[in-house]
Amino acid sequence: MNQFNTFLASFKNLTTAGYLFYGLGLITLISAISVVTAKNPIHSVLALIFTFFCLTGHYMLLNAQFLAIVNIIVYAGAIMVLFLFAIMFLNLKEEDEEAKTNVTKMAAVIVGGVLMVLLLSIFNYAPVGTYNPASFDAKTGLVERLGIVLYSDYILPFELASILFLVAMVGAVMLGKREAGDPHF
Amino acid sequence: MELTVLVIKSLVILAVFGITLLIATYSTYAERKVAAFLQDRIGPNRAGPFGLLQPIADAGKMFFKEDFIPAQANKWLFILGPCLAMLTALMSSAVIPFGDSIRYGSFEVPVQGIDVNVGVLYVFGVVSLGVYGVMIGGWASNNKFSLLGAIRAASQNISYEVALGLSIIAILMMTGSLSLRHIVNEQNGFFQWNVFTQPLGFVIFLTCAFAECNRTPFDLPECETELVGGYHTEYSSMKLGFYLFAEYINMFTSSAIISTLYFGGFQYPFMHQVHDALVDSLGSTVGHNIATGIGTAVLFGKIFFFIFFFMWVRWTIPRFRFDQLMNLGWKTLIPLSILNVVLTGAGLLFDKFKYATWLIVIVMIIMAATNAIKAPRRKPVTVPQL
Amino acid sequence: MQPNDVAVNIPEVIQQIPLNYYLIFSTALFVIGIIGVLTRRNAIIIFMSIELMLNAVNTLLIAFSSYRSDPTGQVFVFFIMAVAAAEVSVGLAIIVMIYRNIRTIDVGVLNKLKW
Repeated sequence: MNQFNTFLASFKNLTTAGYLFYGLGLITLISAISVVTAKNPIHSVLALIFTFFCLTGHYMLLNAQFLAIVNIIVYAGAIMVLFLFAIMFLNLKEEDEEAKTNVTKMAAVIVGGVLMVLLLSIFNYAPVGTYNPASFDAKTGLVERLGIVLYSDYILPFELASILFLVAMVGAVMLGKREAGDPHF
Repeated sequence: MELTVLVIKSLVILAVFGITLLIATYSTYAERKVAAFLQDRIGPNRAGPFGLLQPIADAGKMFFKEDFIPAQANKWLFILGPCLAMLTALMSSAVIPFGDSIRYGSFEVPVQGIDVNVGVLYVFGVVSLGVYGVMIGGWASNNKFSLLGAIRAASQNISYEVALGLSIIAILMMTGSLSLRHIVNEQNGFFQWNVFTQPLGFVIFLTCAFAECNRTPFDLPECETELVGGYHTEYSSMKLGFYLFAEYINMFTSSAIISTLYFGGFQYPFMHQVHDALVDSLGSTVGHNIATGIGTAVLFGKIFFFIFFFMWVRWTIPRFRFDQLMNLGWKTLIPLSILNVVLTGAGLLFDKFKYATWLIVIVMIIMAATNAIKAPRRKPVTVPQL
Repeated sequence: MQPNDVAVNIPEVIQQIPLNYYLIFSTALFVIGIIGVLTRRNAIIIFMSIELMLNAVNTLLIAFSSYRSDPTGQVFVFFIMAVAAAEVSVGLAIIVMIYRNIRTIDVGVLNKLKW
């Protein structure tokens, strides 16, 4: 209860950005829930795209400009187009999916809820700390800073990622290739 | 104090917005005039002097048509499609630097919507979102031709985005910045323009820009001989108008980006001399502002040339087949652009030499020439004289 | 105006929102993803729920990285995005192949290995 009161007290002296965090967070969670609950797969995909946009807003608020834009390019621009593409190709309809029984759903929600309570109670005891005003660097999320770290300390993982992409590309082409005798869609 | 900056800034943004819409409107007129010129016709000349009121007449006609939504269509997504197409088309012109800066008292306001330091990535992100309008509209129509058009649009845009991004990377390597203003400022001097340092990258970028705008010769998504009307088969009235309008806005934006990235943006030869002369004769405020105006006018000249180029190509070159389109994208443009990046990097490592990619161009010209020489020549057919 | 010059550069969100709230937010997002995996039978939606979980982790990494002014966390996010892109390309290829062979992507039907 004490924590709740301090939360209310802090809520009163927020500026625009603070309210933006709460509003954006709420919208993100609602659209994430509608990803899971939407009957039509296309609606699900659109809700997920919207969720990614909200998360981009969060990154912007945290001053991580580069990752905000990369999030749009990679997730909204490439990955979700692939999802939409696959769903359109398979022409999935609402009635195609046989819903799980209510018992399973209840059990899933209970498991999720218990996990959330568990995680939050663990986090409650973890010292997460806060920002240090003296040594704070507002340019952390800019391209120049990230590029220096990426190309010095993490050059090996970076190069390995390119091999990963090559393997993934070969694998996807291998899997998707139609052999003689395979049915057309 | 702060308010003046804000007012000038919002005026600039509004002006960019208005000019984008105006140019897109008159592109429809220009398209018909250019088509008429290339086909030796007169073109629209009834509405107003030289047919100049034709776009307004067209828009009026669009508005008064029946706004039809198919019974089996997904109603909200059907409406969302054209809106998204329009929104993403309008968003990308925000980061383009249209001119140097406007001086007002002690302030300098850049002629640009927003100057973000990830401008190129912003443009790239918005371009990659452009496909959603087409895909959602095509799917929501619940028509197999629309769906095929949408799938074609998606696969085409995804494939050409890769080559587009790779051709920009060569420029980013030379400039060392993602800010479009920085890229423009780097190209001071005629032979510093990126079209001279990156000839191959320019050709790849131009081709990909055609594909991203769904313009002929890559207008497979709306190819009427195969797909009726493509993704907008079921659309009518202003929703169809939005799709068509978005195409012209995209054309304007990509012309602006081509001019910015490869043709020096608002830079022109002897720009600094002109600027200094104007400042000397008219004072540092008025002279600077007039110099900025000249730069903006030059940029718009370049943009208009590229819009004309888009139309010129449309009415000259026939459409590709879909497998040809995919082969060109994946098997020609992507390897070429990777080669371009590698050679540019090698040139930069070797004594900051910027013109290394001319090597590829020379090799390609030699190969084309030898091919042309080796090709079996048909003997001239002698027409028997009667 | 801010009291001191250093505080001007710090984003307002970081000044006003405790880091704990980002923990709560991304935990909620993660749990929504888990519930999606457990309740749905459409393979593509299960896949999208996994993307949601990855994004919850991304958010948390970026939040910690911004609060601590340490770019390493954001580099990790960059790698997570790369891995996610590779994973999606292969995963969707597998799903399309499944659809080609058994004409459905309902994971409940894929029980041939269950004995």
